[in-house]
Amino acid sequence: MFRKLYGDNPLHLFAQIITLALAGYAAGRVPLESAVWPKMLVWFVGAALGHDLVLYPLYAIADSAAHFRLFRRARPLPHVAGVPWINYLRVPVGLSLLLLLVWWPLISNDAPGTFFAATGLTTDVYLPRWLGITGVFVLVSAVLYAVAVRRAAAAARVAADNPGRVTTP
Amino acid sequence: MVNEVLQWVDGHPPPGPFRRRFWRSPVRGPWLTAVLGSVLLAGLTVMIVTGLLSYAAYDPLLPGNDATPAHGLLGFYLFDWPTGPSWLYRVTQGTHVALGIALVPLVLAKLWSVIPKLFEWPPVRSIAHSLERLTLLMLVGGLLFEFVTGLLNSQLDYLFPFFFYTAHFYGAWVFIGGFVGHVLVKFPVMVRSLRRGPGQSFRRTSVADTRPEPVESELVATAPAPPTASRRGVLGFVGLSSLVLLGTYIGSVLDDPLRRLTLFGPHDRGNGVGANDFPVNKTAATAGVTPAMTGAAWRLELVGPAGTTRLSREDLLALAQHTHYLPIACVEGWSIGKTWTGVRLADLVARAGGRPTDRLFVESMQNGGGFGAVSLSVDQSQAEQSLLALKVEGEDISPDHGFPARTIIPAAPGVHCTKWVKRITVIDGGA
Repeated sequence: MFRKLYGDNPLHLFAQIITLALAGYAAGRVPLESAVWPKMLVWFVGAALGHDLVLYPLYAIADSAAHFRLFRRARPLPHVAGVPWINYLRVPVGLSLLLLLVWWPLISNDAPGTFFAATGLTTDVYLPRWLGITGVFVLVSAVLYAVAVRRAAAAARVAADNPGRVTTP
Repeated sequence: MVNEVLQWVDGHPPPGPFRRRFWRSPVRGPWLTAVLGSVLLAGLTVMIVTGLLSYAAYDPLLPGNDATPAHGLLGFYLFDWPTGPSWLYRVTQGTHVALGIALVPLVLAKLWSVIPKLFEWPPVRSIAHSLERLTLLMLVGGLLFEFVTGLLNSQLDYLFPFFFYTAHFYGAWVFIGGFVGHVLVKFPVMVRSLRRGPGQSFRRTSVADTRPEPVESELVATAPAPPTASRRGVLGFVGLSSLVLLGTYIGSVLDDPLRRLTLFGPHDRGNGVGANDFPVNKTAATAGVTPAMTGAAWRLELVGPAGTTRLSREDLLALAQHTHYLPIACVEGWSIGKTWTGVRLADLVARAGGRPTDRLFVESMQNGGGFGAVSLSVDQSQAEQSLLALKVEGEDISPDHGFPARTIIPAAPGVHCTKWVKRITVIDGGA
């Protein structure tokens, strides 16, 4: 009966009530602290929408674009010696963009004034550092890819020279 | 008639993400979500505990210390913050910030793993479902709000048009509400999914052999794309991302020489020469503290039952000097340990005619800004290691580090270690 009316078990309702009570109480205290609580609400909802409707689509589209449209090809690029390249691109670029996302205020030199007031220093060192570590990521990935291609090519030659042998990739 | 319309709507999702076939990743599924969820369950629990401890570390029950005075019942757990071990706040707050940075990839991966649920069709199935979607907004909104405000604040980028303390404190409680409710509902699902496993060997399955989890779930692709990564690869990438973020930051909470390995940390570089070459979070210029205020005319005003005395820096240096290795540990996460020399605060209490049950109120010469004055607890006022520091590593402290004199309190947040001290007042602690 309860399930039919509510749509789930009583524990589920209990959990929702706990959430609403605690979050509701906390949210209810905010106007007592600060008149700008509507701005906090905007940032709160904006954070969720910003991820779900901006950040996620951006990286998902970028990923499939890299996969399917790179160099204007309709199909994925052929794998050199059978080694898929996509993750050798995804990993360094992903790590680099993640660092950019987390350290955006420093790397983009977004708030040099408050930064200088606090630390007495400037933020102009972080962009070169980010470019440098991005270069390291790309370089390491390229070397690993080259090694993987070389190995696969060697394995393919061995297989061609010994047609009787069964090899596992 | 209404039922028929509703049934028709249920069976006809709009095109795009509202249709199951839109979501094609072969690795998405309840097992992957459960793995990420279990790591976040542990990690976010540590984030919550260290966050709540940080609030307690400010001793908000003492006059003038509370950045969120309307906390009401949310201050139910507050206690007198201890003065030892001296590295206590360094560890709890360093963990809070460093772990938060390391958890960013896990949060993003977890949201990626469940994003089809955002576009469920029909959008609302029942009262239970609609309530859950509302509380999920509190969970996800709260989580992202906390991460965004925390990351911005630790990088001294005050983009947000409100006070950080207010936002991060109440945002945390909204998140905690969402987190507790979500765990109550999903914990059994998580355990079940972990026990069931991904349906094929996690260790040995190659990329090409990776198939969707063999279970009916809205997370599992009905029309999977060719696999481009194994589950081991996906989780490995998430783990590697965490390690990279942690590795480029972690030097910020360590002493030299490891500190120099910091690549991204707002307080990775020192500000000063010689022994004073370590980070500050407010320069003398910003605090409006000029050489004229700190020169030979400076006097420490010591106020207590014995009246008001004025002590010059030479007077203070003539008192019994004590030396302790103590960290400066900032709410922003960074910390650094230094060897400080100065007068014991307990000796100043006695000198002002106070008793060991009295506490101190310390005021700075800084103009405006937060934390220009702080109430110390009785324990902090009496602790063996609590100092009015005059020297660091044997050299005079520099203007940016609080010359002529600064307090340094074991285990306390950095902002409670007042720089450019102007007045120290003994307050009757009762008893």
